[in-house]
Amino acid sequence: MLGPILETLIGGLMTGVLYSLVALGFVLIFKASGVFNFAQGAMVLFAALSFARLSEFMPLVLAFALSVLIMVALAYAIEFLVLRRLVNQEGIILFMATLGIAYFLEGFGQSIWGSDIYKIGLGLPTNPIFILNSVFPGGLLIDPVELIAASICAVMVLVLAIFFQVTRVGRALRAVADDHQAAQSVGIPLNRIWLIVWAVSGLVALVAGMMWGAKLGVQFSLSLIALKALPVLILGGFTSIPGAIVGGLIIGAGEKLAEVVLGPVLIRTFDLAGGGIENWFAYVLALIFLLFRPQGLFGERIIERV
Amino acid sequence: MRAPSGPDVVAGEVLLAVENVSLAFGGVKAISGVSFDIRKGEIRAIIGPNGAGKTSLLNVINGFYHPQHGRITFKSRPRSAMRPYEAALGGIARTFQNVALFKGMTALDNIMAGRTLKMRRGFFWQLIRIGPALAEEVEQRRRVEEIIDFLKIQHVRKIQVGKLPYGLQKRVELGRALAMEPDLLLLDEPMAGMNLEEKEDMCRFILDVNAHYGTTIALIEHDMGVVMDLSDRVLVLDHGIKIADGKPAEVQADRAVIDAYLGLTH
Repeated sequence: MLGPILETLIGGLMTGVLYSLVALGFVLIFKASGVFNFAQGAMVLFAALSFARLSEFMPLVLAFALSVLIMVALAYAIEFLVLRRLVNQEGIILFMATLGIAYFLEGFGQSIWGSDIYKIGLGLPTNPIFILNSVFPGGLLIDPVELIAASICAVMVLVLAIFFQVTRVGRALRAVADDHQAAQSVGIPLNRIWLIVWAVSGLVALVAGMMWGAKLGVQFSLSLIALKALPVLILGGFTSIPGAIVGGLIIGAGEKLAEVVLGPVLIRTFDLAGGGIENWFAYVLALIFLLFRPQGLFGERIIERV
Repeated sequence: MRAPSGPDVVAGEVLLAVENVSLAFGGVKAISGVSFDIRKGEIRAIIGPNGAGKTSLLNVINGFYHPQHGRITFKSRPRSAMRPYEAALGGIARTFQNVALFKGMTALDNIMAGRTLKMRRGFFWQLIRIGPALAEEVEQRRRVEEIIDFLKIQHVRKIQVGKLPYGLQKRVELGRALAMEPDLLLLDEPMAGMNLEEKEDMCRFILDVNAHYGTTIALIEHDMGVVMDLSDRVLVLDHGIKIADGKPAEVQADRAVIDAYLGLTH
């Protein structure tokens, strides 16, 4: 019994890392501008579509570089056309603006790149790896794509953490997150900081999109993973990078374990037709957190204004 | 009274001139037709009862508010509507009435943030922290450590400022403003909420900054003793209107000031 549970746990944790990556994009923008960026999921879809279609014509490296450029250009357009004009507006107005951006990006992405399901072939090994053969009969199965995706995410998270801790831009970003007025008074230009965080979250969206795309194929439903990042954010706290990571891992592992361990029990006890716990587990967990610890595990405080 | 800088400072070159500036929020007039100037090297106090428009005036000077009427000339250049970071770029630093520090960061990082505009290397250099970027970071750190020594806050440099007592927070905030090496330093009630000893320390810092670095300072303060001791000239506002402007002794003897301000406190 322990073997399958461990296997589920590992698989769940790896999915969790991908949730973390999507949540990270949210956290970056929320920290710097207090905006809940509803368009993060659409950015993941848009980035993945760009990469998938571009890689049909050119080497992967070139496709990646071009996709990065596209995401930076998108950040610039969003900052220039939308955010700059809405400085000092209510949070709800900025949120509505990101809602508009989300739907625009979903449609626009499909107009340019098409609306089929596209494959991302990163040339990753697909044969499952088995570890700990001597301890468990048959060993534990690990999907190499997930393993690589998880490693890449881990590296990204590390780089971002260092970036925000030691560089001037990182310090400026933390300053903006702490106090807009004071940040401006020491000469930090808000607009440029916003451009940087949107570009970095675009980059994060690109990596997340590539990983999810390699796993599931690039399709419209990719933009819905933003909804899975929501409970992750509530668990981890909207302003915390470590929170996004830990939250993602908890949700990823929790929902898989709940499905495997709790599912059969519920079905037997209540004579249910099926499990489906995976689909709601994260949200119920988030709800419990909202009731008892609304700032999340690592959140600093509830921020009420942009 | 201040002896060293004397009357020649007051007669010196004009650093900032505010001419006939008016600011209103909807129907509420915060400042009405105020004109005054700040001369290079002086300590200029702005006083007045609560709601007189003192903080609004500072906010106009450093670009948080844009006045509907009037003209501001800084370093002999007329200034159009300016954003706060542009004012910072031009050499205006400030502190805030209610201490606006970056609470999640250490005292050291807060003061380092004041060096933002002094750092020239791009952030990719900073990310890898080698060669010129590292040299720059080290140089900036050295300057910041000087300020920390100057303000005698060595013992709290690695502590999150949110955890510091109020008096020390005020000092860190002054440090952050000093780190910008400003030409004009705006202090919004630097001694509010301090005990006598802390006030004396802060007074000394302000005088030292003015004496050693030649920094021009404009400060809002309620403690009349402090204002009379520190400042070269005093501007008095009441209900957004200038009611007096001159040397501390003159202002102190002014009938309108006594009625509007001193009269209320005695």
